[in-house]
Amino acid sequence: MTELRLETRALSRRFGALVALQDFDFKLAAGARHALIGPNGAGKTTFINLLAGALPPSRGCVLLKGEDITDKKQAERVKLGIARTFQINRLFRGLSVLENVCMSVAERVGAAPTLFHPVGRRTDVIEESMHLLDMLKLAADAEHRVSELPYGRQRLVEIAIAIGSKPDVLLLDEPAAGVPSAESHIILDAMERLPERIAILIIEHDMDLVFRFAKRVTVMVGGALFAEGTPREIEDNPQVRAVYLGQADRG
Amino acid sequence: MSTEAVPAGAATTIGRTDHPAARVLIGRHHLRWWETLPWLAAAAFYFLFPDYLGFGTSLMITILFALSLDLALGYAGIITLGHAAFFGAGAYTVGLLAFHNIWTEPVTSLMLAGLAAAAVGLVSGLVLLRTQGLTLLMLTLCTMALLQEGANMAHDYTGGFDGLPSLDIAPVFGMFEFNPLYPDTQYLYTLAILFVCFVFLRTLVYSPFGQSLTGIRENLLRMHAIGAPVRHRLVICYTISAALAGIAGGLWAQTNAYVNLSALDLDRAATVLIILILGGYGRLYGAFVGAAAYMTLEHFLARIYPTAWQLGLGLLLVAVALYARNGLLGLSAVIWQRYRARRTTS
Repeated sequence: MTELRLETRALSRRFGALVALQDFDFKLAAGARHALIGPNGAGKTTFINLLAGALPPSRGCVLLKGEDITDKKQAERVKLGIARTFQINRLFRGLSVLENVCMSVAERVGAAPTLFHPVGRRTDVIEESMHLLDMLKLAADAEHRVSELPYGRQRLVEIAIAIGSKPDVLLLDEPAAGVPSAESHIILDAMERLPERIAILIIEHDMDLVFRFAKRVTVMVGGALFAEGTPREIEDNPQVRAVYLGQADRG
Repeated sequence: MSTEAVPAGAATTIGRTDHPAARVLIGRHHLRWWETLPWLAAAAFYFLFPDYLGFGTSLMITILFALSLDLALGYAGIITLGHAAFFGAGAYTVGLLAFHNIWTEPVTSLMLAGLAAAAVGLVSGLVLLRTQGLTLLMLTLCTMALLQEGANMAHDYTGGFDGLPSLDIAPVFGMFEFNPLYPDTQYLYTLAILFVCFVFLRTLVYSPFGQSLTGIRENLLRMHAIGAPVRHRLVICYTISAALAGIAGGLWAQTNAYVNLSALDLDRAATVLIILILGGYGRLYGAFVGAAAYMTLEHFLARIYPTAWQLGLGLLLVAVALYARNGLLGLSAVIWQRYRARRTTS
């Protein structure tokens, strides 16, 4: 059995009377390529928010490499190695692509609180950010404003910023959302080029992308675990087909 | 995972810093030729308009005040309508110290004014900066109103509504006296203080800290998600901004030799906001352009139409708000780009 990176135990979250997540047990192995699927409103994004520390749970705990991090704030979790992307772009729209990535790299290496040296003095930050853009094939757009990029490229910047934190665990919240299906291979291509040591949890509605990328799939319905297995097992599971895959056209 | 971080300098030899985008970042803080213009203009003004040095002095004070607002509002995106709280805190610090003959040395008084305003900024910031948007706007307004009412009620010390007149300010460095009729000293002294504060502020906004403030303005949620201590940064920014506003207020008190409740007025806070929007916020020089345009217009319009001068200003502001979203500086940048584009195509 491979080493565990992230684990949740009986993780629950209520919003008033609505139970968004109910006693959810989940395990993410080191270097995992794990997909979380489920119908709209199944609690997937709530789950990501709980893992990232953007929301406190109502009950249950989150463990990172065996250590309980339930009480840790979002910023602390980033330092411990959890990074996330957003379903709707959350970018520094007025800044260049390079500046977007530098922002997270500078934060990680501790350059950001520097008051009296210019940004340009930290060539290590700029250098590393450029290499990251090279890896995601974004270097050609490095000097462009993010707001001027086509949407698909902006989605890649989302991923690039998260990778700038050098995470052990990467949470991708619908990386291909809003991207025309003809272009979703760009996102898949970028995800496949991410370092293998990073454990990746991805939420995605594009089933084609999920089944090509993920080695393991968890199905969530109504805030609870519905099924888990290899992509093959999930695809062949009649109940899953009934509640979920049947609705999505897997062309 | 900072242990995996590339050590400083180690990666610089690989040579990805020659990319145009990297070069832009590396050279962004370099001084450009036109950045000397405001200072050349200030020097020329001294020799060309000796009769207007009083106007020049109050213009520079307004520039400094607008710069302090630019740091908070333009860079960090802190929505405030109460920045005169800090201007007033600085002005009253200088005023109280001088009026009660406690301390009249101008340069150290200004430092104290900056410290006092910074303290107000820090304490109020710790509370206010938990909020955003309209709530924040209202709370900044309340802070200012509280201070103004406080100054009004502490009549025995502050003179209340009448303020503190005829402040006795010691000569600068024990040599240069403030003369109300010939404000040479006031002008040069204010210019020197503005220059020092500007160099400080310019260094700050081009630093990684300044960049992270821009990040907070551009996308708060993302800053949280990359692990930035957002509120901590905002409080530091707000405190520094308050200190600079306090220095501007202190200068105002020293060069006018009086303090009154107008230092803490909503009118003052609104005017500086208008000036910054007029010039263009988040770009440092907007404060210079905005203050110069606003005060020059005010000066001449008030002369031509003493009764209705605000109408002219109002029309200008409507035009800027409608057609130049990024202020006069933003407008001139757009015109410059079009001109260059036309030249390259023809």
